[in-house]
This record gives sequence, C-alpha cells and structure tokens, in this order.
Amino acid sequence: MKFGVVVFPGSNCDHDCHYVIGKVLGQDVDYVWHGSTDVAGYDCLVLPGGFSYGDYLRTGAVARFSPVMKAVEKFADSGGMVIGICNGFQILLEAGLLPGAMMRNTGLKFICRFLNVRVETTSTPWTCEAGMGQVLSMPIAHNEGNYQVSPGELEEMNERGQVVFRYCSPEGMVLPEFNPNGATDGIAGVCSREGNVLGLMPHPERASEAELGSTDGLVIWRSLLKRCGAGVPA
Amino acid sequence: MARARVFVTLKEGILDPQGKTVLRALKSLGYDEVEDMRIGKYMEVQLSGDNREKLEERLGEMCEKLLANPIIENYRTEVEVQ
Repeated sequence: MKFGVVVFPGSNCDHDCHYVIGKVLGQDVDYVWHGSTDVAGYDCLVLPGGFSYGDYLRTGAVARFSPVMKAVEKFADSGGMVIGICNGFQILLEAGLLPGAMMRNTGLKFICRFLNVRVETTSTPWTCEAGMGQVLSMPIAHNEGNYQVSPGELEEMNERGQVVFRYCSPEGMVLPEFNPNGATDGIAGVCSREGNVLGLMPHPERASEAELGSTDGLVIWRSLLKRCGAGVPA
Repeated sequence: MARARVFVTLKEGILDPQGKTVLRALKSLGYDEVEDMRIGKYMEVQLSGDNREKLEERLGEMCEKLLANPIIENYRTEVEVQ
C-alpha cells in the first residue's frame, strides 16, 4: 500500500507519521509537498498534525487553500482514503470534507496528554479491526479541539455512523468529566458519509510503539491495511 | 481606494470559551453590570476600486470563503470609498 504524507508549512507530525507508516507498518510512503497538485498513485493520504500556516485566522483555514488540497478533495471524492490527524482534522473541516468546525478548548489551555477514546463504530475502514466500544489510549496535543456541529447535523451523523471516536473514561464511559476540550457530545473523531475520510484529534502515530506508552493507535492503521487488502504486519 | 472593516462574530448558540473567561474576570473586578460578553474579530482591509456595491460583494465572498467560517461565525462588513 502506498501512503502520501502531506507536508504544509508548519506541519510537525509529518515525520512521526512517515516513520510509523514506513518503519512500523512496512508500507511505501512519500512526503507530498503542499504545493504539489498531483497525488496519483497513492492509496492513502495523511494530513498530519502541526500548526500549518501558524494557525493564523483559524486552524486549517489557510492550509485548506494550499494547491495540494484541490487534489486531496478530488482524491477523497473518488473514494481515496484520507486521514487527518489533529491539525489535519482541522484542515479537513475547513475544506468541508468533514462536517463541523473547531473552536478553542473550553479551558483555553493547550492540552498535551494521553487519554482514552471509545470506538463508536466498527463499520468504517479505520476501525474494522477494532472491537465495538473498545477503549484506545492515545495522546492529544491541541488548543482547538472543541468540535462543534449543529444538533440537526449531529443527529444525522449519529444515524449514519459518522461519529467514530468519543472521549471516555478508562472503562469506556462517555461522561463530561472525561471530555478534555468541550467537544459536542464528547466527539474525538468523525468520518465522511462514505467512511473513506477520517478526522481525529488524538494522535495514533504517537501510540503505535510500546516504547512510547501505547500501541492502541495501531488498530487504526491495521484496519486500514486490512480494508485495502495490504499485508498486516505482526 | 476604499477602506473596509470586517467584523467576525460567533453565531448565537456557539459557546465562546474566551468570552466566558473574560466575563468572569470582569465580574471579579466588580463590574456587576456586565451580563454577558462575546469575543469576535475585527479586520481592516484596504481595497482598490471605488464601486462600493462591487467591493461589498467581493468582500462578502472573501468572508464566505476565508475570513469567516460560516458554520460557527457571522460577519458584517463596512466599506468606505475614499
């Protein structure tokens, strides 16, 4: 399987993603510069975390108009796999590839720590190897993760199974005290109607090796590899 | 030449964590008359051309596309042709 990690000015998780995909998962992986308009040949595009364009105006608002994003939109529309992590998620929201918008964390603080999210659906390409309700320990690192969506849209998203992850207790209870940023309904990750585009605030690439404290993020990568018919490493 | 002012504000019903924090700070300073407040953005834009209607239309487009996020924000523009 061939991955492209998109690099925007200010991306800072691009190398982590590249490392995990290449060295841990053993897949082909390239960096794709934000000025590129050609994403032919890739099976999955990764929009990594960071502070693209300094988070000026709104997070992701400027990156969304990078030349590469037109190609990413076309790629997504034709069913290509796209994952946006943290700032990548924010860019996908601004681009309208995923529903909703991001606000500042309710506590106004940048939060960087491990927490738990619950798998809300196993019918997406990103969670087909996970258990329903499985609790994943992954780190978050953001100032704008307060996910907002209108009540009407949220209802439709719930019906269509677009809410993929919610913040939860270690036992998997979704409660306000385990919501780090004020996100509507404790939402930590959502997917597109067709499921091929995923956006999430936690960093699976920082939870893919035991040395870093958790391998729970691997289930997302493994799900993707399985759904795309690639070999899943042991 | 024209000067434009753009006001971007949060839509009603969208919680404003910054506004809430500043509201609490004002109250703690003893300004009990403050009942609510919300924080938005103010932008100054210089434009070429003097067709006010056209400039307002273009500025509206800029707001829809980039300066505001219509999902969570409203905007208002004022154009002053010089």
